[in-house]
Amino acid sequence: MPADAAMAMDERVKTEPFLARLMKRPELGAIGGVILVTIFFLATADSSMFTLSGIMNFLTPAAQLGILGIAAAMLMIGGEFDLSIGSMVAFAGMIFGVLTVNLGLPLILSIPATFVFAALVGAVNGLIVIRSGLPSFIVTLAGLFILRGASLVGLKLFTGGSTQLRGVREAVEGDMLTPLFSGDAFGFFFTWLADIGLIEKFRSGTPKVPGIPVEILWFVLVALVATYVLLRTARGNWIFAAGGDRNAASNSGVPVDKVKIALFMATACAAALVAIITVIDSGSTDARRGFMKEFEAIITAVIGGCLLTGGYGSAIGAFFGAIIFGMVTIGLTYTSFDQDWFQVFLGGMLLIAVLFNNAIRKRVTGER
Amino acid sequence: MTADTTFHHGDPATGVPIVEMRNIEKHFGNVIALAGVSFDIRPGECHCLLGDNGAGKSTFIKTMSGVHKPTKGEILFEGRPMSFASPRDAMEAGIATVFQDLAMIPLMSVTRNFFMGREPKKGKGLFARMDLGAANEICVEEMRKMGINLRGPDQAVGTLSGGERQTVAIARAVYFGAKVLILDEPTSALGVRQTSNVLATIDRVRKQGVGVVFISHNVRHALAVGDRFTVLNRGKTLGTATRGEITPEALQDLMAGGQELAQLEGSLEGTI
Repeated sequence: MPADAAMAMDERVKTEPFLARLMKRPELGAIGGVILVTIFFLATADSSMFTLSGIMNFLTPAAQLGILGIAAAMLMIGGEFDLSIGSMVAFAGMIFGVLTVNLGLPLILSIPATFVFAALVGAVNGLIVIRSGLPSFIVTLAGLFILRGASLVGLKLFTGGSTQLRGVREAVEGDMLTPLFSGDAFGFFFTWLADIGLIEKFRSGTPKVPGIPVEILWFVLVALVATYVLLRTARGNWIFAAGGDRNAASNSGVPVDKVKIALFMATACAAALVAIITVIDSGSTDARRGFMKEFEAIITAVIGGCLLTGGYGSAIGAFFGAIIFGMVTIGLTYTSFDQDWFQVFLGGMLLIAVLFNNAIRKRVTGER
Repeated sequence: MTADTTFHHGDPATGVPIVEMRNIEKHFGNVIALAGVSFDIRPGECHCLLGDNGAGKSTFIKTMSGVHKPTKGEILFEGRPMSFASPRDAMEAGIATVFQDLAMIPLMSVTRNFFMGREPKKGKGLFARMDLGAANEICVEEMRKMGINLRGPDQAVGTLSGGERQTVAIARAVYFGAKVLILDEPTSALGVRQTSNVLATIDRVRKQGVGVVFISHNVRHALAVGDRFTVLNRGKTLGTATRGEITPEALQDLMAGGQELAQLEGSLEGTI
């Protein structure tokens, strides 16, 4: 290509070393973080942390948080926040529980219905933010309380006074969709691995790790889809544009309002997915589900390289951010440290991530 | 035939004007922003619109680009009366405006900015995706035509200089089929070198047959590239001059409304 030759001639441009190019990726910080945290736990934690069962152990909470974190990251790239996702988990859990237990609907109806409900709430959030022009921070902070309260009141109403709704497991038992949302996948493969002696098994011959928990598969799937949408589709370009500068974007013909509302809907749906998975898994739903998850999701996104100002970030980064989160939460139990160091650790990570992202942003925009 | 200069090569085609604006008036409440302005732009011509601050330049180009509707007067587009409901309408007809904020997002790559809102696609249905390969190639090629060699298509716009950004915005408008390109003070915030880059770009675009409306209050920049010069003062056209017919001093005087500047110039001993 002639352009290549021309480019090579520009004497003012030094060839960029591989490392410098890498430095410009938003997810670099998160990947570096995973490596550091891994080294830390390799040095301090019991060796069982990095066995197959240990890894599944910390990936499971990472997956649940990660699904929220990736959605939060996309929304943040689009220039908005959603503080109501944690409460949304409880609310969607309640809707799902009532539909399956009280109404006795099969999953093929109750799951789509839950998603529709969640999407509607997300759309309302988005519409209020767009129409009022208020910061999404304050609008969704209201949502945080409204949805949490509604979940409490609703659960009491439907259960006759309890804030916990039981009987989900019985209701979904035997449903053909249940294996998609709970239990372990690829069991046959793990049995086979155990048979040929590649992984540990109990004396009875069943493998110690019966399969991959399905939420981990959902987590990976969500990360892949989000990355594809962000980096390879026109919609992805619109998300970056809407978050980068909404005026410039809409002057260039990007439907900014639609993009943002769709992002709010997607975030609420991610919360609904987590709700469905955890409710089926534990067999019940309660009003405290998803408590504080909104902040953890935002932390995940920021550790993953998202700028709080929007327009920059990555879904893969949030994926690794969630893994760091899972490793630290679970990992400390494998060490001799007091577990309560967890929050200190997390706050520290967040602070480092923000400072790091800020430096990266200056590099990318060439700010001096 | 006028002589070739650094930023002006060859004469424009004398054709039917692409856009003709006749006796445009625009009132905002009791403020008369435009009081009968006539202006036209032909293919391959650079028509400079000059005027001091408050002369009505911005209102005028916003009327031309579909942001404002004129209170009175008519707009002919390729000979037919036309009324634009929105900037989008004007854009689709082929009137592209590069405003001073450039509609660029610093954190995004040049390619992503170039195709923002108009991404090339491949694949169908669920698998419709942005054709990044083609987008990158087109972007690098278009920028090269404008004399800018990108480090790479993924270079963030934030790392470009002001003049380069201006050029990306111009290249983008031209690539997407602008017949008329309105440039709102493209050189006002630029250094000497960057200004000459932008002026060279304007010359290039003009030669491709695009009509360029160059808004400026810098007489020297206008004279370097312009074919015709219309001066706006207090919402009225003070007249249109052709290349080679007018001296910088005369233009400068017209812009400031003649007399006052002559006096001012006297007191400053000819420094402006």
